[in-house]
Amino acid sequence: MGGIRMTATQDERRVRIGAGAGYSGDRIEPAVELAEHGALDYLVFECLAERTIAMAQQARRKHPELGYDPLLEARMRAVLPIAVRNGVRIISNMGAANPRAAARKTAEIALASGLDGLKIAAVTGDDVLDVVRRGNFHFEESGESVASFDDRIVSANAYLGAAPIVDALAAGADIVLTGRVADPSLFTAPLIHEFGWDMSDWNTLGQATVVGHLLECAGQVTGGYFADPGFKDVPNLARLGFPVGEVGADGSVVVTKVPDAGGRVTEATCKEQLIYEIHDPARYLQPDVVADFTQVRVQEEAPDRVRVTGGRGTPRTETLKVSVAYVDGYIGEGQISYGGPGALARARLALDVVRERLQFTGVRTSELRFDLIGVNALYGETAGRRGGEPYEVRARVVGRTASVKQAMLIGNEVETLYTNGPAGGGGATKSTREVLAVQSVLLPRTDVKPAFEFVEA
Amino acid sequence: MKLRELAHSRTGDKGNTLNVSVICHDAGHYEHLRQELTAERVKAHLSDVVRGDVVRYELPNLAAFNFVLGQALGGGVTRSLALDAHGKSLSSALLDLDVADIR
Repeated sequence: MGGIRMTATQDERRVRIGAGAGYSGDRIEPAVELAEHGALDYLVFECLAERTIAMAQQARRKHPELGYDPLLEARMRAVLPIAVRNGVRIISNMGAANPRAAARKTAEIALASGLDGLKIAAVTGDDVLDVVRRGNFHFEESGESVASFDDRIVSANAYLGAAPIVDALAAGADIVLTGRVADPSLFTAPLIHEFGWDMSDWNTLGQATVVGHLLECAGQVTGGYFADPGFKDVPNLARLGFPVGEVGADGSVVVTKVPDAGGRVTEATCKEQLIYEIHDPARYLQPDVVADFTQVRVQEEAPDRVRVTGGRGTPRTETLKVSVAYVDGYIGEGQISYGGPGALARARLALDVVRERLQFTGVRTSELRFDLIGVNALYGETAGRRGGEPYEVRARVVGRTASVKQAMLIGNEVETLYTNGPAGGGGATKSTREVLAVQSVLLPRTDVKPAFEFVEA
Repeated sequence: MKLRELAHSRTGDKGNTLNVSVICHDAGHYEHLRQELTAERVKAHLSDVVRGDVVRYELPNLAAFNFVLGQALGGGVTRSLALDAHGKSLSSALLDLDVADIR
């Protein structure tokens, strides 16, 4: 029955969804442009990478009213008044580790902007740290017991599907703030709400996943991360516009952008984004469906208007993916540059010196790496052999340690090359950082309880 | 000729696994690249970076391939010591691959 769509011929509406961010630190003014000129029904901000939520959890532990996206305030101040004026509803995972606090902060911004009567919802239930701590789980990647990581575990968040967002929209939410939700679900939710799709209509949910996947990285489908001068040119890249999806009742989408915005939407930009970050294209696992991209067709119907159809799907799995973040020691790093004739030889000598010094001074590392940036840092020695002698090269030493103190010693050994190392080293830098590593476990759906609640403005 | 003349590419990451798309500029070159771009050749070309298996998925409707590269991110994006922890730059290296000329 999945192929028969009863509503397709009756419902001629197109729902217009804009993507206002493709990651936490993304540009804000293209979202303002979309809210102003995109004739949108919905504006979606996707802002959570694998580790972002763990960092937010650490922030929340220090300040219980924080733990949401650091740019939430700036984004809402810029976009909210325009969105409200134009009747655009907002959906975002900027709630990160604290969706309730994000909703309260948004309510505060709304009031300060003279907007009252907004219904602001927080989606909860993705935080499953207690469930994961209590249970007997093993990491999918390494097979290690989760329990053995004990108090090093910082956060555990299940990838929720569209349902709690759909419920919040049905209850009249103008703004929905979530924590961890599968990125495409932020986009499929308003479509399910608008078109009343059945949550077991796998083919339509598969096509909806195509829509979400195309839009979720914002500028990456409108010519961002695409330009290659002479091969793939993109006009006005500095003023790149973010995408709009015009979606019909059957889930078919036209990807486009605001006419005056920079960038371009072509079959090529859509194909690159469609295949981005997927593995088996016949089985793209999502909380609500296993999406199948193998029958997708991409067709330019006018300049900067590309029609994408043919996404399909099969029934969802009985488990939800959970990202578990844990403290995994520290990384210490130092870099220094050499240039001119003999640059490569001096940079190699610099690395040899640091290697010997780290041994001699007894710096304890579990993993060490020595790179020559400009020679072998990206692709190793095989690709390094393809080029000629570089005129400038940057030596880089990086290592993993158990303590921040040990991590600092690595950068110091690079920095002391200034007065003790080969001739002409310049621009030394050093840094340390705490590592938040992420692995995943699979959790039965019954252990996850998605919900939403309204926050009083 | 270089793959770059026939196709474009983008890299994506998930954990310690990398995917690299190869998309024909001209759908007419799909069959040629299907012959040329075996998983083995891709693995050999990126041998310093990719420690695991390479699997090729075919997308004839899109005139494209998706290569999935195992153990390619130094233990995973979140803990890798690599300069480009996401492996984002690998697409450019793959496009430098030599392929047989089209007739």
